[in-house]
Amino acid sequence: MSQPSQLHENKPPVYPEVNYLNADRGVWSWLTTIDHKRIGIMYLISVMLAFLLGGIFAMALRVELLTPGPTIMGANTYNRMFTLHGVVMIFLFMIPAIPGVFGNFLLPLMLGAKDVAFPKLNLLSLYLYWTGATLVLAGMIMGGTDTGWTFYTPYSTTTPTTLFPVLLGIFILGFSSIVTGLNFIVTIHTLRAPGMGFMRMQLFVWAIYATSIIQVLATPVIGLTVLLVGIEKVGGFGLFDATRGGDPVLFEHMFWFYSHPAVYIMVLPAMGVVSDAIATFARKNIFGYKMIAYSSLGIAFVGFFAWGHHLFVSGQSAFNDGAFAVISMLVGVFTAIKVFNWVATLYRGAISIKTPLIYICGFLFFIVFGGMTGIAVATVSLDVHWHDTYFVIAHFHFIMVGAVIMAFLIALHYWFPKMFGRKYHEGWGMVAASLIVLGFNATFIPQFLLGNAGMPRRYYMYPERFQALNVASTAGASLLAFGFLIILIYLIYALVRGEVAGDNPWDSRGFEWMTTSPPPKHNFDQTPIITQDPHSYQEPGEEVEHVVI
Amino acid sequence: MTALDDLMRRLLFLPDARSTFAVPVDRLHFFVITVTMIASTITGLLAFIFFFKYRERRPKQSTPVVVPSVKFEFVVIGVPLFFFLLWFVQGFQDYVWYTTPPKNAQDVYVMAKKWMWKFSYGGEGPNAIGTLHVPANRPVRLLMTSRDVIHSFFVPDFRIKQDVLPGRYTETWFEATKPGRYQILCSQYCGTWHSQMWGEIVVMPGPEYDQWMIEQKRGLSERVDTGGDDGPSFHGSIVEYGKKIAMAQGCVKCHSLDGEPHIGPTWLDLYGKRELLESGETVAVDEAYLTDSMIDPRGKIVKGFKPVMPTYKGRLAAPEAAALVEFIKSLRTQNLETVPSKEAIYEPAKPAPRK
Repeated sequence: MSQPSQLHENKPPVYPEVNYLNADRGVWSWLTTIDHKRIGIMYLISVMLAFLLGGIFAMALRVELLTPGPTIMGANTYNRMFTLHGVVMIFLFMIPAIPGVFGNFLLPLMLGAKDVAFPKLNLLSLYLYWTGATLVLAGMIMGGTDTGWTFYTPYSTTTPTTLFPVLLGIFILGFSSIVTGLNFIVTIHTLRAPGMGFMRMQLFVWAIYATSIIQVLATPVIGLTVLLVGIEKVGGFGLFDATRGGDPVLFEHMFWFYSHPAVYIMVLPAMGVVSDAIATFARKNIFGYKMIAYSSLGIAFVGFFAWGHHLFVSGQSAFNDGAFAVISMLVGVFTAIKVFNWVATLYRGAISIKTPLIYICGFLFFIVFGGMTGIAVATVSLDVHWHDTYFVIAHFHFIMVGAVIMAFLIALHYWFPKMFGRKYHEGWGMVAASLIVLGFNATFIPQFLLGNAGMPRRYYMYPERFQALNVASTAGASLLAFGFLIILIYLIYALVRGEVAGDNPWDSRGFEWMTTSPPPKHNFDQTPIITQDPHSYQEPGEEVEHVVI
Repeated sequence: MTALDDLMRRLLFLPDARSTFAVPVDRLHFFVITVTMIASTITGLLAFIFFFKYRERRPKQSTPVVVPSVKFEFVVIGVPLFFFLLWFVQGFQDYVWYTTPPKNAQDVYVMAKKWMWKFSYGGEGPNAIGTLHVPANRPVRLLMTSRDVIHSFFVPDFRIKQDVLPGRYTETWFEATKPGRYQILCSQYCGTWHSQMWGEIVVMPGPEYDQWMIEQKRGLSERVDTGGDDGPSFHGSIVEYGKKIAMAQGCVKCHSLDGEPHIGPTWLDLYGKRELLESGETVAVDEAYLTDSMIDPRGKIVKGFKPVMPTYKGRLAAPEAAALVEFIKSLRTQNLETVPSKEAIYEPAKPAPRK
């Protein structure tokens, strides 16, 4: 098989008559499919619904915070609302979003494989996700949980609200995550096309690989932890209950042992998306390929030993605080390596400014600002003031929204033609992207300042001096929401009426573009043979300048 | 320098720096945040400039292969690492200083519960709910514990924060630099009114504070205990305080401390036991049961005992009852954890006061 760009050259774009979307028909064929692409699409619909739900909660919270006193809801409703915002966004959206949707859809395509290693297990992971999600939502309907997504004991073991279905849901969602991770690891090891060594894999694949390792190793710990909370609540064994000789801080350690690496489950795939998209839109091989690939593994590794920075004010020893602080900073170094390499990839490229690039520009700013404020809160003396304030909320959202959701949107726009064979409206794309980058800054920069001013997180009512910044943040959030609405409209329009994209509208040399868009049911008509590194934009035999900087 | 500090504080919406810890924290904050803003702006701008400078000029344009030199790799690893470690070294030094209270600090006990702060002073000082009086320019150490869930003691103007945990004591300290009133906020989510769990620190000039303390003590000695929430304060540990109360209130006339049978159940290894009641039910002896039994002693009589204990309702202030519970909890033997022996130790108590 030849390189991607040479497919269908000089022909008008055609929509493949038979593809994975129409090869089999009927709802049943979707629900029982073992095609990784269809599973990816079902993940896409599911996580978008979760995102919508989490977004509605977020807007409700922002509206409530417009005034220092009660605005539209009571204290208990507010407490349930921020818990559900956190639980839905993290467990139902962030964690499965990029691996579940784009990992599933693209990994086999990028490897030149027909499917993932265990297609049935793949379908199982989706059903586990649905089961877990249903339980979480059931808990919500049965009255909701008010513990915050962190479930700190002994509050969570004594709250009168409905905790059980939510915890069980998270337990099951964990299995979905483990199964997906395991499947991807085996796929990457066993199903690479002939000619593709590890050092020829696309960086998105490397990122997914690092992510999967964390999913497999860390997720059992959260399962164990919520199980222990359940046992504690039902049996009263006193594991975390100080009045029975337990230790509430033990829960914090166990919780963050998963939940800190979980941040990298969310952000590593985002970094992978950017690495691939930036190469395509700059028409350049990625600068410092090995450094980016290894830094993903580096983040996955040190990410396991950084959890204690969530406990700087918990009464843990100063020595531990210092050790966790230094380890946390290494994550910053690995991230900095990636950022330098992304920017350097743009240098002397042939850049076409398309919608994903607007998000990439935003992403680069957000990840540096969000990452370095992470270093700031890892600096122990500074964290004392910022801990549990809006500063941490803003830092966290800079990474989670600023980096991960930007990357999700980059992926959605960049691979939309791959998935559906159609183009969205570029003009509207640009408008929405600008609105979102702007709205994001307007939402979260005031929150950094709120944290400086000393407003703690999870505050239903607040002293009046914090009002101006809260109003600013809510205004920004409305802008953000408006941007998402525009995207929803033009993407749905593009699905139905969009211009036919052709197989490789971006003229990318990523391996996923070797086949038609949308791809046929079994991805490739014949097994591709890989003869070049990914994103080599030279024609075979072409002499190009080599530059060392 | 201070003018610049104040300008930065205003730009960053920071509250005034009113403790000795706040000043070095703010300086490092300014350094870190300035570098962060510069670095992120340069990155975003550089990408933006590249978009236009290196835009695609003709379709299928070929691009040079650009690879990093070893020097480049050293720079991208070295420069961030240099800054990060610099901040760490400075920040950790300040932090170690902050986590080491000076020897001459005055102690105040802090008890947090949903949704209030209680303060009691050592040296027969007063108790207070919500308001903590401290002297300016003298170190004050806070020994803190929680009665229910995790709270966190946060004073933005002092830049200090410390989680307050049930079942153990955590400590923090500060030296306020200017008289005034400063808000205390709870920063660890603790339920419905977490956002209203506020208190206030009143910082007074040293001499004024001393005068205030003398007046408080005089007021206390004249005061008739109304059985309100404010009991007298105590020296030393809460357990010792509980023991003192047990002697003063005559608890030990009926409850032995060494496992010997007596009029009431012995307190040795009482806490954590499961008791069989006259009603046939069993009850776990926990804080709730012990406190209930002080207020309503005839509600849950242990099988084999007579309902002879008078109520202590109105005779024990809440901190005193808590201290008693802590004292009872401290009376433990090694073999507590083995279930059968628990019963065996207790069993001999039965025949003694029987009808």
